[in-house]
Amino acid sequence: MAKQFGILFGCLLAGELIALIPWLHIPGSIWGMLILTFLLDRKIVKPATITPVCKFLVANMGFFFIPPGVALMLYFDLIAAEWLPITVATVASTLLVLLVTGRMHQYFHARYKRHIKPRTR
Amino acid sequence: MIIPEFLKSELALITLTFLIYWGARALYVRTRLTILNPMIVTIGALIAILELTGVSFEEYYRGGRMIEFWLKPAIVALALPLYNEMEHIRRQFMPIFLSELAGSITGIVSVVLIASWLGASPEVVASLAPKSVSTPIAIEISKQLGGIPALSSAIVILVGMLGAVVGLKTMERVHIRSHVSRSLSMGTAAHVIGTNRISEFGDRFGAYATLGVIINGILTAFLAGPIVNLLIG
Repeated sequence: MAKQFGILFGCLLAGELIALIPWLHIPGSIWGMLILTFLLDRKIVKPATITPVCKFLVANMGFFFIPPGVALMLYFDLIAAEWLPITVATVASTLLVLLVTGRMHQYFHARYKRHIKPRTR
Repeated sequence: MIIPEFLKSELALITLTFLIYWGARALYVRTRLTILNPMIVTIGALIAILELTGVSFEEYYRGGRMIEFWLKPAIVALALPLYNEMEHIRRQFMPIFLSELAGSITGIVSVVLIASWLGASPEVVASLAPKSVSTPIAIEISKQLGGIPALSSAIVILVGMLGAVVGLKTMERVHIRSHVSRSLSMGTAAHVIGTNRISEFGDRFGAYATLGVIINGILTAFLAGPIVNLLIG
């Protein structure tokens, strides 16, 4: 347990250090994730070492963001005032992301297959 | 209603959060209705209870921040599923990376432009920018951009539900036929909630959707700041 949390929090701490660089607007937790992925990929940390804690945290992620979600009660006025731009922008943008990502992947996937086909024949 | 100090203690408030979430999960497992998302139900129930009993958010947050503390380690823990997908990523890096990049930029640019055209305030625009990524990541990005993390988390959950409900039909309509493309797209647009929906078709699709969630989270973390500055700076 201590080893697992030591590795996990060590990566987070290192990530938070990188995030101190003022012009880098990227959360420390994202850096921490990238650092841990790198350590796993380089076989510096064995996946089995951190699996129980990681699985637990990922599976229960939903629970951890309940308090920041409850903070919504502080912003009811703001939402009442700006519900129209919020709703329209959110719905339109979500449909666009679905369309663009799916079509792009379908296109590039087909192209990529064509590229490697001659070699596999 | 007068609430004894005892019930305003951190311990009591944390216990309450656990119990409500437990109930909300049970409700969801029983009904399987996307609209009864356990996070939304819990947040809604807690807000209602706090409003009714007159406990302020500040009082709740003394206990709540101990729960929120675990968000960051949980994001770091996403390294494990990301590592497990490394094989897929390496084998088809270009199609995945390019479509994720396009989807990520589309998501940020469109939501920022539409919201500011319709007159949203800068802090609301900043809160909307990370709307397609998983809530914990969105909260972190929203903080960095000067947005309102609570608003971001609510929007993100609604986006996920929208994607889970209309996503497959939308993609059918625009002729996205490949199941891999659909899965990736669902994860990119509707994060974990979309992933849950697409996983019903099999683990392999869930894996691709997870890939979409994580890569879009990373790309949005890198791109949201510069794009918001560029568009509305």
